[in-house]
Amino acid sequence: MKLNILGKRYFFFMLSLILIIPGLVIISIHGLPLSIDFKGGSLVEIQFNKNVPTMEDVLEIYGEAGIVDAQVQYSVSGTNTITVIKSSSLTQDQHSAILDRFRSDYDKDLIERRFDTVGPSISKSVTQRALLAIGVAALAVIIYITIAFRGIAHAFRYGVCAIIAMLHDILIVISLGAIGAQLFGWQMDSLFLTALLTVIGFSTQDKIVVFDRIRENAPILRRVPFEKIVNHSIVQSLQRSINTQLMTVEFLLLALALFGGETLREMCIMLLVGLLSGTYSSIFIAAPILVVWENKEWKTWFRNPRTYQV
Amino acid sequence: MRNRTLRKFIIVIIVVCAILIDFPILGELKQKLFQRDLNPVLGLDLRGGMQILLQSPEGYQIDQQTLQVASSILEKRSNALGVSEVVFQVAGDHYIVGEFPGLENIEDVIGVIKQTGLLEFVDVGQDFLEPGTIIQTDNTSNISSNTTITEEAENSADNEISPIDESTFKIYHTVIKGADLDSVIVTAPQNPSDGYAVAFKLKSDGAEKFAEHTRNNIGQLLAIVLDHEVISTPVIRQAIEGGEGTISGSGENAFTFDQANNLRITLFYGTLPVSLEIAESRVVGPTLGQDSLNKSLIAGAIGFLIVSLFMMIYYRVPGVVAIISILVFGLVTYAIYLILPVTLTLPGIAGFLLSVGSALDANILQFERLKEELRKGRNLAQATDLGWNRAWPSIRDSNLATIITSAILFWFGSTFGASIVKGFALTLALGVGISLFTALFVTRTLLNAIIGWFSKADMTRWFGI
Repeated sequence: MKLNILGKRYFFFMLSLILIIPGLVIISIHGLPLSIDFKGGSLVEIQFNKNVPTMEDVLEIYGEAGIVDAQVQYSVSGTNTITVIKSSSLTQDQHSAILDRFRSDYDKDLIERRFDTVGPSISKSVTQRALLAIGVAALAVIIYITIAFRGIAHAFRYGVCAIIAMLHDILIVISLGAIGAQLFGWQMDSLFLTALLTVIGFSTQDKIVVFDRIRENAPILRRVPFEKIVNHSIVQSLQRSINTQLMTVEFLLLALALFGGETLREMCIMLLVGLLSGTYSSIFIAAPILVVWENKEWKTWFRNPRTYQV
Repeated sequence: MRNRTLRKFIIVIIVVCAILIDFPILGELKQKLFQRDLNPVLGLDLRGGMQILLQSPEGYQIDQQTLQVASSILEKRSNALGVSEVVFQVAGDHYIVGEFPGLENIEDVIGVIKQTGLLEFVDVGQDFLEPGTIIQTDNTSNISSNTTITEEAENSADNEISPIDESTFKIYHTVIKGADLDSVIVTAPQNPSDGYAVAFKLKSDGAEKFAEHTRNNIGQLLAIVLDHEVISTPVIRQAIEGGEGTISGSGENAFTFDQANNLRITLFYGTLPVSLEIAESRVVGPTLGQDSLNKSLIAGAIGFLIVSLFMMIYYRVPGVVAIISILVFGLVTYAIYLILPVTLTLPGIAGFLLSVGSALDANILQFERLKEELRKGRNLAQATDLGWNRAWPSIRDSNLATIITSAILFWFGSTFGASIVKGFALTLALGVGISLFTALFVTRTLLNAIIGWFSKADMTRWFGI
């Protein structure tokens, strides 16, 4: 295989930007719809076996309990209809009053599948701490890679490139979340956070496997230009990347997304895309940035290359 | 080679142990060995129940110790409610996480938090009760002021010679209650040989009752009981007039400052040492939990089947080795889940599946290297060893990086009380660690063991070259 992946590196950088920017634009206009996990509120999930109240009925019952911001969603599970109602925080009294109304007017055997209430003060600290955790993890990974790659030149760069590519993967997932939010009404909940954390963990794992080839080849091919070494290493590990990511991990996730029940579906889609992005960015982002760094290409970005070539 | 025999031996031992632990064989022996049933611990999201996050109101500074005290008081009260397996844990600086499996009514939980700790000074006659004994008193039994029962209780208390197991069925007489306490302080030792003591002062009517009782019962025992649980059983040495008294240990039982202070907190607050409010509550109905569990199991099985097919078709013999290796991985991981025990939640299952991916990756890395070496014309034995040597650094470094990340996520999850993140990080880290073991031992040893069966002519067919 004589693939020249690195030759098209700026094409791949553009491709990633094309994927990321729409999501970021959506976020800057609409924001990310946070679930009650992050902004506080109540979520009630009820399975009605017989009569299902219409959206207007639900809103009216909530209104009588003094809650005006309820949102109703229906989904079908087997032969039953699941009603999900999100609103600002319900007190215990409001909650039981609402359930009593549903029981008396619609279905006395209804099943309450979930009832979550989150206070507003939680949200601030979870976001801060999550950012802190990601920051600390990134730093630890940079240090670890620097130590593990100390045998070759510029070991530090490998760590930094792995983290840049990891940020790329985070942005891809967040962008997907923003698009999903607009199209399918997804909300960013704690499962979304879990998916994001998984992508972070696997992203670095994948980068290290690709970098390992460079680490192995660099001392052997000392006279070969760095760009060629990197390209050669990518091509060598390509089969493994495809087999591990596409054939195994993605299959497992696909099975989970298709058969794993609704609770996990959104998370699985995020993971599918995020882990795919993790493999993609090892090959098309992390390794190429290493080359950009080695050649210090930013010096010529804003110059006409011809004047440089004379 | 001795080394290889030893490896095989270790693998066999580990697999046998894992199988014995995983499957319901050995019944009672296992129970004795681990002092408990080895059943999978399912999280609330899988079996239904309620989780609450308690928080002190904003602006309050509380120290870790106070939270710890509150948490253990809450746990005792909940267990007194008769709800099984309730767990309260301190999370970070502000939170207490409570988990109530099988409970769906939030009012019960609010009851636990609101309930003021019930402190009683109980006349137990000559029965010395170990701290921790649960007793019944006439104060809380429904027969509130029935004198005959009280007398009976007192009489029986006098006559019996303190069999502790029976004491749980006896009804003792409550002399005074926590509501009668005016103040409680810790006092420093009078002599260097004494321990710390807890001095208390009673309100006026409590003081009268107390004086009368101590006057008539010198030499008898008086148990201090919180929420039906005996805290300590001091002897009445003299009549306590004026409503002031001290509780102290003596000799070996002398209180350290911490012990005295804990007793003071329990006595004085009786109620919780901090005020707490419910910041977050989650209820998962049992049907949703069961549903999710079944579906994830089916999904996992389907996924594993597809992956096995792929590995066999693409890698042939090594593919089969990989499947065996993954099965060993699964057996060992599950055994460790049972031993620790790890609470399985939906995110935890996700973490496990991803560690399966990681274990597969370790195999694929080895096989790709093996193929490369075979293509270069090396014989099978050389190729297996070389392939392993080449693959190992990348397996080691990539997995260690994942373990580092998981460790940080675990820390994040436990300080914040985000049990979702914690469960995920734990299963991921365990899985990745075990996958390092199966890559290091199982796949490599198995491959080495079977390569003797194949000749060079078979390579295309059996190794997919």
